[in-house]
Amino acid sequence: MTFLHRHKGLTPYLLLLPGIVWLTLFFVAPLGFLGYQSLQTGTFDTGYTFDWAFSNYWNAISDYHEQFVRSFVYAGIATIVALLVSYPLVYWIAFRAGRWKNVFLILIVAPLFVTYLVRTLAWLNILADQGPVVGFLRDIHVLGPDGRLLATSVAVVAGITYNFLPFMALPLYVSLEQIDGRLLEAAEDLYASKRQAFLRVTLPLSAPGIVAGTLLTFIPAAGDFINAQLLGTPRQYMVGNVIQSKFLDVLDYPAAAALSFILMALILAGLLVYARVVGTERLTG
Amino acid sequence: MNRSLTRKQLLERASLGAAALTLPGFLAACGGGEGETAGATTATAAGTGKLADTLRFSNWQLYIDVDEKTKKRPTLEQFTKETGVKVDYFEDINDNASYFGKIQRPLSQGQSIDRDIIVLTDNERFLGLMIDKGWVEELDKDLIPNFSNLIEAQASPPFDPDRKYSLPWQSGMTGIAWNEKETGPITSITQLFEDPKLKGRVTALNGMGDTPGLVMLDNGDDPSNVTDAAWNAAVDRIQKAVDSGQIRRFTGNDYAQPLSQGDLAAAIAWSGDIYQLLSSNPNLKWALPTKGGIIWTDNMIIPTGGSVPTASTYMNFVYDPKIAAQITAYVAYVPPVKGTKEILVKSDPKIGSSPLVFPSDEVLASTHQYDSAALNNQTYIEQWQKVLGA
Repeated sequence: MTFLHRHKGLTPYLLLLPGIVWLTLFFVAPLGFLGYQSLQTGTFDTGYTFDWAFSNYWNAISDYHEQFVRSFVYAGIATIVALLVSYPLVYWIAFRAGRWKNVFLILIVAPLFVTYLVRTLAWLNILADQGPVVGFLRDIHVLGPDGRLLATSVAVVAGITYNFLPFMALPLYVSLEQIDGRLLEAAEDLYASKRQAFLRVTLPLSAPGIVAGTLLTFIPAAGDFINAQLLGTPRQYMVGNVIQSKFLDVLDYPAAAALSFILMALILAGLLVYARVVGTERLTG
Repeated sequence: MNRSLTRKQLLERASLGAAALTLPGFLAACGGGEGETAGATTATAAGTGKLADTLRFSNWQLYIDVDEKTKKRPTLEQFTKETGVKVDYFEDINDNASYFGKIQRPLSQGQSIDRDIIVLTDNERFLGLMIDKGWVEELDKDLIPNFSNLIEAQASPPFDPDRKYSLPWQSGMTGIAWNEKETGPITSITQLFEDPKLKGRVTALNGMGDTPGLVMLDNGDDPSNVTDAAWNAAVDRIQKAVDSGQIRRFTGNDYAQPLSQGDLAAAIAWSGDIYQLLSSNPNLKWALPTKGGIIWTDNMIIPTGGSVPTASTYMNFVYDPKIAAQITAYVAYVPPVKGTKEILVKSDPKIGSSPLVFPSDEVLASTHQYDSAALNNQTYIEQWQKVLGA
């Protein structure tokens, strides 16, 4: 007590300490190790040696640019679809669901109670060639008689969208829920139409939720590999699949580490551009 | 034998397989290969000549006898009764690569992984790596008099010529399975890869010894002695079948459900899986291609720090044909223990006479073991991963 009384300036640092220790142990240290590993050469049998092998990075890009592009395209489409699906949904929950709000929110979160993998495996059945979805699409001639959804890009993007939808919906809900109803009343008093009120009051006020939701959806989606593995074919594989196989099957740890770093760097760069465009105050809400 | 639960369990096994395949990769990708914390205990009973209190045994799902009513494992219980050694049985091996990925870090630092027996397959490179790296304990043959029951075909594998470190658990064959409701018999890789009626309705196994091995046989090459030319020809052919959309996907044993449902018409498949599925879906057929198939064996080894006397005592126990027969009656793979067939022909004639479990000499003659040196060829490994899409 007396120590802290005498050194009041230390308190904020002491409060920060657990967080810093946590981040150092579980984020900075592994990241440093991964960076170190990404510059090694060698094979699993002969052992790896550190020799500033930046060539790992160039090789990773030249061999796997296709999968990188695919990852960002799939994640981008999934993020946009998730936004378009969840915005009307949570808008309705926030403003119209009344006392049922919590029930609907739980319904949105409910899929998260089931493991990620099982949820994705369920899509194998939903989209099965003999399943109802494909049958219906064949009946209305969207798909040909031999058409299918499994093992196509559509299935992979659908799986990603579904799996990350709650991460879009929840931040959106929070930002919509916080909107002060009196602002909308004021807009009406000032002769705004419903549409104008939405576009000029609701939408801008929910922007922090949109930004948070897109980030929470896009970032994990870009690194995802389970959907591509289970619902796609090798021609749908994303960069996450490559990293996984390099780590586990090829045992080429340097290449895997380099790929991970490139993915991180690309996401970070994208994030900075995004922050520039939408403004940092919206990122922090 | 009541098999009503088997298919459900098989599907669970498939999904768990996918979980194991993906999760550690995800962790590794995020955490930069933070080692497992399993190696904390010291190498306790290794080589002291005394039985440990418990045998810690890691195996694959659905790979030992289970009493459907009590959910207990009769042979393990019998082992405990005979020796007083309890068994901690873990079904935590879902594919060789990811299991090896989990255990290699503690083992490379000389730490125990808290297992006395683990089971790895000889047509992937990890079993050979374990032995070459010295991450295994030598078996105590004095404690394994039943060693003499090992079938001759398994006496001297290339990765362990004197069977100093390993003993087979079960063997299986890689061939072609098809769903009779969807297609007629498929007897060759050519048909599987080129019949336009099967386009997009075929899967292949992702093991390096499985799919390339079968294709080499179809090409007239020898998979037990792989040359660059044979390898390249096989890989080119598989790549072509991927590019044309003929092969829908590469799988572990997760081909089972879509094949049974009819989403797939045919798949490169393992013999025992199909035997187990047959009880719930009589439309499934399996055969070795006319140009031959691949035979592989899962082997028990003692990882560094495991209790040699305890593990050896257990190996001796399962090499008693009576015990081997009990296990075979449930798992339906090819047993490596002499005398098993004779017992099963009497006690369970359906399985005792099944050609999937006891292939005839003629069938065995057309099966080949995949070249273990080729499994470790780094160029091949990378090319194969490219074919697999990554």
